[in-house]
Amino acid sequence: MQYWNPTFECMPREEMARVQSERLINTVKRIYHNVPFYREKMQKKGLEPGDIKTVEDLKYLPFTYKQDLRDNYPYGLFAAPLSEIVRIHASSGTTGKQTVVGYTRKDIDTWSEVMARTFTCAGATKESIIQVAYGYGLFTGGLGAHYGAERVGASVIPISGGNTKRQLQLMKDFGTTILACAPSYALFMAEEMEEMGLKKEELKIKAGVFGAEPWTENMRKEIQDRLGIMAIDIYGLSEIIGPGVATECQHRCGMHIAEDHFIPEIIDPVTEEVLPLGSEGELVFTTVTKEGLPLIRYRTRDISKLNYEKCECGRTAVRMSKVSGRTDDMLIIRGVNVFPSQIESVLLEMAEVAPHYMLIVDRVDNLDLLEVWVEMNQNMFSDEVKKIEQVERKIRTELDSAIGINAKVKLVEPKTIERSEGKAKRVIDKRVLK
Amino acid sequence: MLIKQISVFLENKSGRLAEVTKVLGQNNIDISALSIADTTDFGILRLIVNNPDMAEKVLKDNQFTVSSTNVIAVGVEDKPGGLYKALGVLENNDTGIEYMYAFVGKTSDEALVILRVDDSDKAIDILTNNGIEVLSSDKVYKL
Repeated sequence: MQYWNPTFECMPREEMARVQSERLINTVKRIYHNVPFYREKMQKKGLEPGDIKTVEDLKYLPFTYKQDLRDNYPYGLFAAPLSEIVRIHASSGTTGKQTVVGYTRKDIDTWSEVMARTFTCAGATKESIIQVAYGYGLFTGGLGAHYGAERVGASVIPISGGNTKRQLQLMKDFGTTILACAPSYALFMAEEMEEMGLKKEELKIKAGVFGAEPWTENMRKEIQDRLGIMAIDIYGLSEIIGPGVATECQHRCGMHIAEDHFIPEIIDPVTEEVLPLGSEGELVFTTVTKEGLPLIRYRTRDISKLNYEKCECGRTAVRMSKVSGRTDDMLIIRGVNVFPSQIESVLLEMAEVAPHYMLIVDRVDNLDLLEVWVEMNQNMFSDEVKKIEQVERKIRTELDSAIGINAKVKLVEPKTIERSEGKAKRVIDKRVLK
Repeated sequence: MLIKQISVFLENKSGRLAEVTKVLGQNNIDISALSIADTTDFGILRLIVNNPDMAEKVLKDNQFTVSSTNVIAVGVEDKPGGLYKALGVLENNDTGIEYMYAFVGKTSDEALVILRVDDSDKAIDILTNNGIEVLSSDKVYKL
C-alpha cells in the first residue's frame, strides 16, 4: 500500500486549507477557553476567538516558546483536565526544567495515525516485522513508533535501545523487515555486525525509519550501503506530538508534514515575520487537532524551508527540508545570521574533516571576524603545505556558500577542542561593543 | 634507496616543537635532519631519524598528527655548482621538486641534500644514471 490515508495525504491544497481553517477555529476556541495563559496572551493582542476565521489569520496569533512550557511546568498549558489525559511524556531538560506533554485518548489516536503514515512511507504493511529500537519511556520515540507500527498492523518488536548484539541476533532470527531508531545507532549496529561477522544478506531488513537527531546525506548513504536498506528521515518533537510530525516518502526529497494536524510556518527568527514561500527560516508549528496540549505557533528553533509542490509520490502535503540548524545559538556576524549548527553540518559533510570545531568571533577595526577552528587529523594531513592549504580553502569555500560568510579557518592539533556529550561550548564571542 | 621522512603537524603556538623533540629524545630517537615549513597558522616539521617507524608510533601515541613520505637523499660535491649538478639533471628530465633541505652531514667533502620529488623512483634512476650519489636508507638512518 502506497498511502496510509490518501484522503489527507493527497488532498488538494484548497481543500486542505479549508480543513485547516475549520480545525484552527476549533483549536483557538479550545485554548482561549481552557488555557489561561493563551487567553491572556490573546487578550493582550486584542484578539477574540471569533477574529480567527481562516488559516490565513494564523499570523495574528501569539507565539509559544519552550520557556512558556517551562514556566507553566508541569500541567499549566494543558487544555484538557487530567481525567482526560491518558499519557504523559517529558523531554530531557539539559538547560532547565523538563518539558512535559500530555495526551488524551484522541491525541494518542492522532499520534498513531501520523506514525502509521510514516511507516507506510517506509513500505510497511500488515506483513512487516518492525523492530523499535528507539528508547521506550518518557522519551516519545519508542512508544510513538510502537503505536504507529501497531496501527499499521505490523508485528512489533518493542526492544527499545541498547544491547546491540541482542538487537542484531533478534533482527536475524525474527526476520525484522523495518528498523526504527536514531541514525547514529543504525551506524553503530552496522559496525557491530561486522564485528559479529553478520552479513546484511543474512537479514530480511528492507527499510529504516530514522530520526531524533541531526544526520547527513553521507550518513544516509553509509546506512543504506552497510545495511542494504532504504533509509527514511523523519521529524518530530514532543511538544508537537513526538515522532510523526513529518516523514520522507520513498523518493526521499523532503519530509511530508501531516498538515491536517500540524500547520507549519517559516518565520524570520529575529523579526518574527512570516517569510515568503520557499524561504529558509525558523519552523513554527500550530497543532489543530490536539486536545491535551494544543500549541499555537510553537517556535521549534529548527531552521528549515517548505516546498508546496506536489511530490512525485502523489502526496500534496507540504515538504520540509532537513533541519539545517538551530536558532537558539544564533550569532549575528556582519549582519548575517549564523548558526553554529550550520557550520557543523558543513563540516560533517566533508569526509576528511573531524566534526569538532570552535567558533571565535571578534571585532577588529569595527569589522566582525569569524574564525573557525578545525582539528587537523590523519586524513587531511600531508607533508606538503599546499595540500593542507587546499583543505583549508575547501572548508572556507564550503562555509561561504552555506552561510555567506568569509570565515578564517584555523587548523589546530587533534584532540585540543573540548569533547562533550550534548552541549559542548562551541562559540567564543570576544566582541566588545563600544 | 627511498628514505622514510616523518612529517608532524604543528599548531602555531609555543612549546610544540620542543614537545616533539622531547618525545623523540625520551624514546631514544636520533634526528639526523629536519626542516620546518611554516605558514602564519601552522607548521609542518619534517624529520629524518634513525628509526622512522618507531618515531611515527611514539609521536602518534602522544596525539601528534604524523605522516610518512618517501624522500631521497643525495650526496653532492661540497663546492660551488655541486648542488646544481643534481638539480640540473632532474630539471632536464622534467622531474619536479616539491621541496628540499640540506642535511647535517658528518662527511667532510660531501654535502647531503634531502629531496621530495613527485616520482622518487624516476628521480633515483635519473640521478644514478648521471653519476650522482643517492644514499641508501641504511646509510642515512645511521648518520
